Amino acid sequence: MSVRKLFMFFAVLVAAVFLSTQVMAEPVTINWWHAMKGARGKVVDTMIKAFNDSQSDYVVVGTYKGNYDETVNAGVAAYRAKKQPHILQSFEVGTQTMMLSGAIYPVYKLMKDEGYTIDWKGYLQPVLSYYMNADGDLMSMPFNSSTPVMYYNVDLFKKAGIPMLDKEKPVTWDEMAEITAKLVKSGVKGGLTFGWQSWTQVENYSAMHNIPFASKANGYEGLDCELLINNLTVVNHIAMLKDWMKDGRFFYGGQKFQGPTAEFAAQNAGVYIDSVSQIAKMQATVKDFQWDVAPMPVEAWMTEPQNSIIGGASLWVFKGHNKEDYKGVAAFLKHLATPEMQVYWHRETGYFPITLAAYEQLKKEGYYKEFPYQEVGIKQLTRRDPTKISRGLRLGYFIQIRNIINEELELVWNGTKTPQEAMDSAVKRSNQQLREFEKIYK
Amino acid sequence: MIKRSVFTSRTLPYLLILPQVVVTLTFFYWPAAQGLMQSVMRSDPFGQHSTFIWFSNFTALFKDPLYLKSIGITLLFSTAVAAVSISLGLFIATMANRALKAKAVVRTMLIWPYAVAPAISGILWLFLLHPSYGVVAYAIKRWFGVDWNPVLRGSDAMFMIIMASAWKEISYNFVFFIAGLQAIPKSLIEAAAIDGASPFRRFWTITVPLLSPTLFFVTVMNIIYSFFETFGVVHVMTQGGPGGATNILVYKVYQDGFIGLNLGASSSQSVVLMTLIIVITLLQFKYVEKKVQYTG
Repeated sequence: MSVRKLFMFFAVLVAAVFLSTQVMAEPVTINWWHAMKGARGKVVDTMIKAFNDSQSDYVVVGTYKGNYDETVNAGVAAYRAKKQPHILQSFEVGTQTMMLSGAIYPVYKLMKDEGYTIDWKGYLQPVLSYYMNADGDLMSMPFNSSTPVMYYNVDLFKKAGIPMLDKEKPVTWDEMAEITAKLVKSGVKGGLTFGWQSWTQVENYSAMHNIPFASKANGYEGLDCELLINNLTVVNHIAMLKDWMKDGRFFYGGQKFQGPTAEFAAQNAGVYIDSVSQIAKMQATVKDFQWDVAPMPVEAWMTEPQNSIIGGASLWVFKGHNKEDYKGVAAFLKHLATPEMQVYWHRETGYFPITLAAYEQLKKEGYYKEFPYQEVGIKQLTRRDPTKISRGLRLGYFIQIRNIINEELELVWNGTKTPQEAMDSAVKRSNQQLREFEKIYK
Repeated sequence: MIKRSVFTSRTLPYLLILPQVVVTLTFFYWPAAQGLMQSVMRSDPFGQHSTFIWFSNFTALFKDPLYLKSIGITLLFSTAVAAVSISLGLFIATMANRALKAKAVVRTMLIWPYAVAPAISGILWLFLLHPSYGVVAYAIKRWFGVDWNPVLRGSDAMFMIIMASAWKEISYNFVFFIAGLQAIPKSLIEAAAIDGASPFRRFWTITVPLLSPTLFFVTVMNIIYSFFETFGVVHVMTQGGPGGATNILVYKVYQDGFIGLNLGASSSQSVVLMTLIIVITLLQFKYVEKKVQYTG
């Protein structure tokens, strides 16, 4: 009897051990914290689902953590509490902070460690270059990338007798002066308005004209960089816009996009400069007039304008997880970059496809024949190989610096300061921030 | 004879207050201590590089002309909010105190705005006053020819956030004033009326002095409100702009700390604010508590 009992006991034990290993073979969970809500959030969920359905080793769980600031803060707090997710979406201005944080696992290294050989040449270079370190190694995976373009009201252009704009060759600012003057003359309340002024009128303006925004190759080559935006070209550009305010050729609609978009939609402005990611919104909301997209204007002397720079966010991988988890992270990042996913992402959100393969596929599908305005941004972004100046910006406390530029520009628009005073002050204040930032990492 | 229950245990009272103490320590003292610590450090957001730098954050703060400007803006803003909400609250309370019919209804309706969160109040006012899509903004620009533009002009923006912040505080003040007014004996006012004092004089020489403890209390509460809780209003309506014209202290803490991830600078600003609130609270205890009569 007792032998049988003992046998039973072992049988149960073996069964239990076997069952528990079954439990342990459950798929590994990979957490991704992002800032994509609404329609974009649904697209993200679909991309995650496609990955989860395609294999059984890993389950990616996407969590919306609020806007970009909130998502980054959630990541910071989680890392401090050692509860960090595997992947965190962070906006482009936070790049320097993330890169120096010591908390991240660089993407190029992750992919190499996990045995993926990726041909980075097959990616859109101006997108990658924003997230590379000085040695050209990719630190984070680009995710949602956009660039500013110029929207214009076709109906108002026709009424004012202005010819439609080319989708590849940018108009000059001198031509813009005439266009906006004609618009105002034809009875439109204002000519031009724009959102995100620091990004569109200072950062991108500088990149496209190949003028350094900051020393040390825009901060890529050292924390001891200084801002250079009080140069004559930028100051003259601001002065020109200020001059346009007198007769309504330009009017200020606010720092972000809400005000300017509303003005464009209400046909108070004939021309509106903002991110390509506004296209989806335009398609959905603008019903009572025709609009189109053209590249950003450049100065007449700039016969070969550089690429514009991107905005948006990228995916950072946190340190401190198991080797097994990182296999899944790498597989997931690879999945996101597949042409199918990138084509889907671009079609649904208007953000750029990050690989040339996806871009070629969209061309082949005739997507850009159907929606020619979707290609304006991508062509502007890739019209030339990025230089050390047009590849991006790498500044500490960049959020504060953008704030400072916004503030100083507002002081120009409302007549408190001259363009030169404002830009000098922006440089001085920003340099203080840069020095503070530099001290942290000494 | 009153029946008394006597607990002889010495530990029981401590045990009974323990939950409250634990909550207070974890959610109030611990973060405050962290803030104090952070304010004397220079560190990156991830906490990997921290150096102790004594009071450099504070000296930098008070050397920064923009911080001093922010203090000025905050003082102007909170004084204006307190003045507007107190005077209107008092005015409405006096009116409502007279109305006989529908008194209860009027009172209830007037209390409602207090239930609105500051951020929502900001959004509501923005829909009225935003130069691009505001209904009232459209009307005043169109019919009165006022060049209203809070996106561009600091004074307009300031006016806008004062209105939005004061609006909901009017109801709060109203509640206290109406209670205060009802506590004033009718006989006093009647006697003055018989002596021939005009309604205005009766108000100034009888009602206001008797209402002064309430007035003081409400002032303190309004200042605390405009210093801290108006964050939502500013965040929704102006984000501190244009050109920093509405960058009140509490918003600057948020911008530097939460958005800009400069923990040292924002912690030192929080410490300054914390000191300020301690001073205000002490003043309130010292003066208000003595004067307010608790009856009934």
